[in-house]
Order: sequence, then C-alpha cells, then structure tokens
Amino acid sequence: MKQIFKYTEGMTSNTTHYCPGCTHGIAHRLIMEVLEEKGQLGTTLAVAPIGCSILSHQYMNVDMMESAHGRAPAIASAIRRVHPDKTIFTYQGDGDLASIGIAEIIHAAARGEKFTTFFINNGIYGMTGGQMAPTTLIGQRSTTSVDGRSKELTGMPLKVSEMIATLDGAVYVERVALNSPANVRKAKAAIRRAFDVQDKRLGFSFVEFLSTCPTNWGLTPVDATNWVKEKVMPYYPLGIYKQPEVEK
Amino acid sequence: MTEKVLMKGNEAFAEAAIRGGSRYYFGYPITPQSEIPEYMSKELPKWGGAFLQAESELAAINMAYGAAAAGGNVFISSSSPGIALMQEGLSFMCSAQVPCVILNVSRCGPGVGGIQPGQCDYYQATRGGGNGDYRIPVFAPDSIQSSIDILYEATDLAQKYRNPIMILADGMMGQMMEPVLMPEPKYVPTLEELPTARPWAVTGTAKGYRNVVKSLFMKPDELEVNVEKIFEKYDEAAKDLVRYETYNLEDAEVVFVAFGTLSRITREAMEILETKGIKAGLIRPISLWPFPAEAFEQINPKTKVVISNELSMGQMIDDVERCVKGRYPVRLIHRTGGIVPTSLEIVEKTMKILGEY
Repeated sequence: MKQIFKYTEGMTSNTTHYCPGCTHGIAHRLIMEVLEEKGQLGTTLAVAPIGCSILSHQYMNVDMMESAHGRAPAIASAIRRVHPDKTIFTYQGDGDLASIGIAEIIHAAARGEKFTTFFINNGIYGMTGGQMAPTTLIGQRSTTSVDGRSKELTGMPLKVSEMIATLDGAVYVERVALNSPANVRKAKAAIRRAFDVQDKRLGFSFVEFLSTCPTNWGLTPVDATNWVKEKVMPYYPLGIYKQPEVEK
Repeated sequence: MTEKVLMKGNEAFAEAAIRGGSRYYFGYPITPQSEIPEYMSKELPKWGGAFLQAESELAAINMAYGAAAAGGNVFISSSSPGIALMQEGLSFMCSAQVPCVILNVSRCGPGVGGIQPGQCDYYQATRGGGNGDYRIPVFAPDSIQSSIDILYEATDLAQKYRNPIMILADGMMGQMMEPVLMPEPKYVPTLEELPTARPWAVTGTAKGYRNVVKSLFMKPDELEVNVEKIFEKYDEAAKDLVRYETYNLEDAEVVFVAFGTLSRITREAMEILETKGIKAGLIRPISLWPFPAEAFEQINPKTKVVISNELSMGQMIDDVERCVKGRYPVRLIHRTGGIVPTSLEIVEKTMKILGEY
C-alpha cells in the first residue's frame, strides 16, 4: 500500500497538554513540517515563551530553551550572535509578546534580527486562566474584564503585525488564521516564506496566527473557530503586511 | 602583554574578561561602568566575538542567558540598579544551569541612589534578588590587578559549575587607574567544537541528540530533584571557592572585616593604629559567597572586638556575626551614600569603640 501521509519527524511522540480545540498543536505541526521539508530540523534552535506553549519544547523535536516571560526575542538575538548558520525561531503568545515582552520584540524587529518569530494571538491569557490580554477585543469577556473589555478603561487592542511592519528591520510580516483547512494551508505557506527570508538573512520575519482558546473564551471548539472568523478577523485582517521587494 | 601597563579599571575588567575567554557581551549603559560596553563594542569583534547593546538590562541578562545556553562564553556588566533588573535572569540561569560571568561595578542605593561607590549590594549579591533556591559565587577584588586575576579565571569557573559567577567591584575601582599585568589569552572552543565542549548546550540536534535548556519543572518531585542537583554543585563550591586574606590576626586586639576598596583603606588605618600602639588585624573576604567562615577561627582569644567595616548601613555584618558565633563583640563602622571614609576617620571611630572595651 502506498504511504500517503507520515507524521512529521519534527514533532516528538509526546501527547500535547493543549485543550481540545486549541490551535497551538496545528501551529506547532505546521512549523515543524516546514522545517522537515526544508531539511533544517537538525540545525534549528528555538525559544519557548512563558504561557501555555512553554511546554512546546516537549513537542517540537529541535534543540530548544525556555525564555523568561517576554524575553524570547532577546534570547534569540543572542543565539544568532553565537550561531550565524543555524535556523532560529521564537514561539510566543500574546501575553508574552504583546504585553510583557513588547520592548524585546520591537527592538529585535528594529535591529532586523535574522530570526523568525511565530506569534500566537488568541486574545487572552490562557495558562493563567483567561485574563485580558493586550489583544483582547473590545467587548470580549475575560476574568479581568468580566463585563467585556472597555475602550475607556484599557484602550484598544494592539495590532502587532501592523506595528512590526512599520519597522525597517522587519522584512516579512504576515497575519494568518488557523480556523479553517484553507487558512491552515495558507499559514503553512506563510511559515515557509518567513523561513526563506531568514535563510537569505534579509532581516526579521514575523508570522502572527489568529488562534483559538475555547476553554477561556467559554466556547466549544467549533464556536471558537466561528468566533475567529466573525469577530477576530474583522479587527485583525489577514494578509501580508511586509515582504521583500523581489517577492512583490 | 608581559609588562605592566597603566589601565583604567573598567577597561582592564573588559580586557581581562576577553583574555579569560569571554566572547559575547550584552549591556545597557549605566554609570559608573559604561566604559565596559564601549570597550567591548570596539574589541570583541576582533576576537571573533560579538557585542550587542541591549534595549534594557532585562534584555541584556536574557541575551546573556541565550548566548550562554547556545554554548558561548558570556561576560556582562552593569551597576547596582541594572544588576537589580537582572535578578530574574540570574535565577533562571542558575536553575537551567547556564554559565555566565557578571560584574557589578557597584554604586550606592537604594533606588536610583547615587553614582559614587558603595557596598550596599552585599545582600543583593550574596543572598540574590531573584526567586527560588539558588546561589551565585561572588568574588570581591580589592584592586584592578586582583579584578583582572579573578575575571581571567571566572569564565572557567562559570563553565565548571555551569552557574553565573559574580564579581562585585565598585565605582572607585572602575574609575581609577593602576599599573597592571595582563595575562595571555585563553583558548576558546570554536563553533565546530561547541557540541563536544558544551554537550548540554542548544546547538542543534544534528549532533545526535536533543537538548532542552529549561527551568520549568511542573512536577514537584522533578523540581525538587533539580534543586537538589544544583545544590550539590553549591555544596562543592562552598568548599572549593572559599577565598580570603588575613593580616595580623595572631596578636590583634581589634579585628576588622572589610572587602574590596574599603579593605585597602582599612589596611592604611591599621598602620596608623600601629603607630598609636594598637594592634589591629584584618579579615578580607575575597569570596563573599561562600563567606570565609574558617578565617574567623583564626581570631586570637585576646581580641577585644571585631569590627565590620562597610560602605553600607551594615549588611556583611550579618555574616560576620554568624561566623563570630558570639565569641567577641561585633561592631559596625560604616559610611554610605557613596562616601568613602579616610583612613583617619576609620582610626578615630575604632579608638572610640576600643574605649568601650
């Protein structure tokens, strides 16, 4: 019988701890599939954040280290100084990247660091139990905004891809979603383009994934993917925000 | 460099770190040590290393953590408030067993404090400001040459113990000039040699196995095992890294305990006391952790008082009292705020204290 599918070598055999309907698993696998297809699993160094995906190093089958909360881009910048020839990425959630670590991601992008950041935006703090994130939508309920996020109290949600795209050092910036098979395929293509930019050492590359958190959103997995399409995508439009001139 | 040259402290610290094998420096400007990042930005690229100016001390310590976890020899420096910001990173590095050399060219606090020399980071250095059970060996040189010597050795110590090693200098040492002898540069593993030289480091799975550098242990029994594992190293360090000097303990009626810059002024005060017929001794802790408890066993029974002499409101005095174990009265002579006392001031205060015994 002809083998038509093989689970990527880029993932370990560990069962993930992620909740049903969470899209971390999809994002992990897409990144690892791309690295396997590019033949770079053995030469990749990755940094896990603080948050649900701190344990991504149990699943991603590459050499990894844990970061202090938000500091993964600083760590990756330094790893690049030691290893000029390796593939390097950080994997960060929205509390980690857009709140406590906003300085590190902005400066890494501004320096045009030659690594890739995968930004998981599910609009909430997952690991700590559903508190408001900088990316939580106006009106969205969380355990620290029980009546829904208020613009008067907390301002507007941060549009990180748009911010990063304003920086000259950022060469590739795309926002994708993981809510449908078609979008998952597009997300994989974005990951590949980001790594290609890194391979050519053109500058900083960044992919934002609109993700789900059914547990803390209080939705079923199916309703959560619908929420991404109906509520999240209108505020956070998908698309390529920045790409190298030659590829336009 | 085999002949003595006149060097400013901060530049000598940087050069010694390079010669000791450090190749990666990450820093944020802060007085009184900004000559160090300036020097590193010029010199490290010549040695095949890298300098990166961090956006903050938070970023700097995490850059250090990243480069060191990836197998690089890392040296970083800052001054008191900057070191305060780095405490979380030091806690991470201790738990994840990541080596690093960190120099505090200390000033006076609390808060922004001032930019003049101080020793009020003694608690911060020896007790640690980060969370959790960990230890950092701390060395306090008293001259630019002794700073060079310990910085030259520190990279090897950090790699041996896979733990941060701290050098606690002060603004006076950073800013003054002294004639020094620079040692020959040490060998540093090449990029190709890293997987063999640092088999624990994050260098890619092409080496045949996978490494994860981490400090998260969700299961309490695994965390306990990890903490016990790093404390086995600290037990070894507590025996092997004890360093101190003593002077005239055998017949001293007053014994000073002083480290760093202040130990030099104290020695001058001892000479003045001698002319007044007062025999004074000195314990100069070089390792602040492990604190040289054994030196206090050498104090002679005729000693009337032990004086902890500090540039703080009295922090080391806790360790002094612990080691004196109530056998002698322990008193404090100190200045703070960045004021360094003259030898005469120390003599005057000592005479007053001796008058009480």
